[in-house]
Amino acid sequence: MLEIQGIWADYGGAPVLRGVSLDVAAGEVVGLVGPNGSGKTTLVRAVTRVMPLRSGEVRLLGEDVRTLTRAALARRVAVVPQNPALPEGFTVLEMVLMGRTPHLRLLQSEGPSDLAAARRSLTQTGTTALASRFAHQLSGGERQQVVIARALAQEAPVLLLDEPTSHLDVGHQMAVMGLVRRLCQERRLAVLATIHDLTLAALYCDRLVLLDRGAVAAEGSPDSVLRPELIASAYGAEVTVLRHPASGRPVVVPLPPEADSPQAKGGIAALEPAGGGQTAAPRGGPPSGDGRRDGGER
Amino acid sequence: MRRARTLPVPDPHADAFAGKEAFALPGVRPLRVHLLLALVAVLAAVLVGASQGSVDIPFTTVVRILVSKVLGLGSVTWPETWEEIIWQIRLPRVLLAGLVGATLAFSGAAYQGILRNPLADPYLIGVAAGAGLGATIVLVSPLPYAFGTLSLLPPAAFVGAVLAVSISYGLARSGGVAPNVTLILAGVAVSAAATSAMSFLIMANHERVATVLSWLLGGFNTATWQKVGIVLPYSLVGGVAVLASARLLNVLQLDEEEAQQLGVPVERVKLLVIVAASLATAAAVSVSGLIGFVGLIVPHTVRLLWGFDYRRLVPMSMAVGAVFLILADLAARSVLSPSEVPVGVITALCGAPFFLWLLRRHRPACSAGRRAVF
Repeated sequence: MLEIQGIWADYGGAPVLRGVSLDVAAGEVVGLVGPNGSGKTTLVRAVTRVMPLRSGEVRLLGEDVRTLTRAALARRVAVVPQNPALPEGFTVLEMVLMGRTPHLRLLQSEGPSDLAAARRSLTQTGTTALASRFAHQLSGGERQQVVIARALAQEAPVLLLDEPTSHLDVGHQMAVMGLVRRLCQERRLAVLATIHDLTLAALYCDRLVLLDRGAVAAEGSPDSVLRPELIASAYGAEVTVLRHPASGRPVVVPLPPEADSPQAKGGIAALEPAGGGQTAAPRGGPPSGDGRRDGGER
Repeated sequence: MRRARTLPVPDPHADAFAGKEAFALPGVRPLRVHLLLALVAVLAAVLVGASQGSVDIPFTTVVRILVSKVLGLGSVTWPETWEEIIWQIRLPRVLLAGLVGATLAFSGAAYQGILRNPLADPYLIGVAAGAGLGATIVLVSPLPYAFGTLSLLPPAAFVGAVLAVSISYGLARSGGVAPNVTLILAGVAVSAAATSAMSFLIMANHERVATVLSWLLGGFNTATWQKVGIVLPYSLVGGVAVLASARLLNVLQLDEEEAQQLGVPVERVKLLVIVAASLATAAAVSVSGLIGFVGLIVPHTVRLLWGFDYRRLVPMSMAVGAVFLILADLAARSVLSPSEVPVGVITALCGAPFFLWLLRRHRPACSAGRRAVF
């Protein structure tokens, strides 16, 4: 669905993306993780041609994005932006109907089929009850759901989410990520989501891609990507990776200021350490292997 | 495996649409009645405007004169001079005021929408200063500024306005994009340069100060059918272009990047709307001078009354702008009759308090949660 091959991009200075390649297939949620400034948002912008590519290629359903018109592009890929603008004076229904823009000609107004698409999106995101509310008066969690509904109304097979959970509390984070998973399965979407919270990413994504300074540092199952030495190298942070008691997925825990504080140890002891539960030296120490894992177990 | 994690997505309302057909499509449909009423209001304003003046002509006679001129019905039972006054003096004046009012209002709405700036008005990025400079050059030059009935003033003002906007846009654009902030700053800079050139010309030819000032303040006391003819094509084409872009202007309110990701060719729409609104405003200014406040206040008033959807905002602004300027011009020529008050003084004097009243009345609903995340 989405194929990115060796793309380079910059903002007029040093390259921000340096030869990134990744694929997302229909029906899978791929998490894009990496420290601040590693190029996650830039990747979303480059894929949607909001900023130009220096080199490399982005294909959507096999077609090069450079050959598509803006509307054709928006019919193939929908974006949930990091800080969605919610101008005053528009209701939720009107906002969601804006998702129909790429399907309308210049002088065309929304018709019954557009309204039907908007209703489906509202229903699937559980925001039907908000339809006549003003979008700028919603809470953070509701906003995120409404913007997801707008992206769904685009009926694009590829969905990009830029930090969909960054302003949300834990309950809304889970609700939004659960929604994304459900939509991915129900609509067979190819989903690429940039996520800050590594534990959340591990729980809800089929695969993870770790970006470090504009390049893919690791790719594969959450288990193979969320390894202390890889995280130390990319984030410059000392962490412990534990195993989630219910799902068996990795849980990334920062080390306390004094790593051997007995209190901290007692608190974590409830979770059993993942595969050796090791910690690693921060950036500088060479990560094991070449730092790149493909495949891994699903 | 993720049993505890699936927080109940708030979806007890999956069927909330059932029996709620009130969620009709936005857009023009709910507005048709209002549009019709607005059209009636414009016609009424035209009639009232045409029936008032220094010569007392009964209202019914005014209507009969107009009916006989427009439809060719009825028999002439009035003095020739009355017909002359109505048809050659008052009607062109009223129509010009309405046309200019509509043009300034829809251009103001278009500028506010494109630049996403509530303080934008049609004069912001160079139209006013450019037109002023063009007009001043003609007024202070030793050339006669009229050849017979053909005045040099409108073309000079028009060219000045179009040049100034083009320079602003040209300066702001790089790499195929003209960011809003750059565009506004370039407009301010170009306006400042044009205004200082204008000031210099006026000071160097101070015997013409009164002439230039009276042009700058604007008004319709020299209205003719010819001037109506000058403005009409630009207003029509500009108005149609802005109306056609209304739905995209809504999407642009999100954010330029989001609008692009929703499939809007942002820079092209921006250029189209700026060209349309600037040409129409330049034509309006070239025959009526710089009438302030209409382009800023009318769209905001319409927003407060009819909402933010540009598909409502643009047509209702046209109507409200037309009615407002016709009535303002009527006040301008009646208050101190037989002498005239500049119409710009009236628009500011009436418009500002009314707008403030509206703003205070509607504030709670409109400013709550205003763009928390920008």
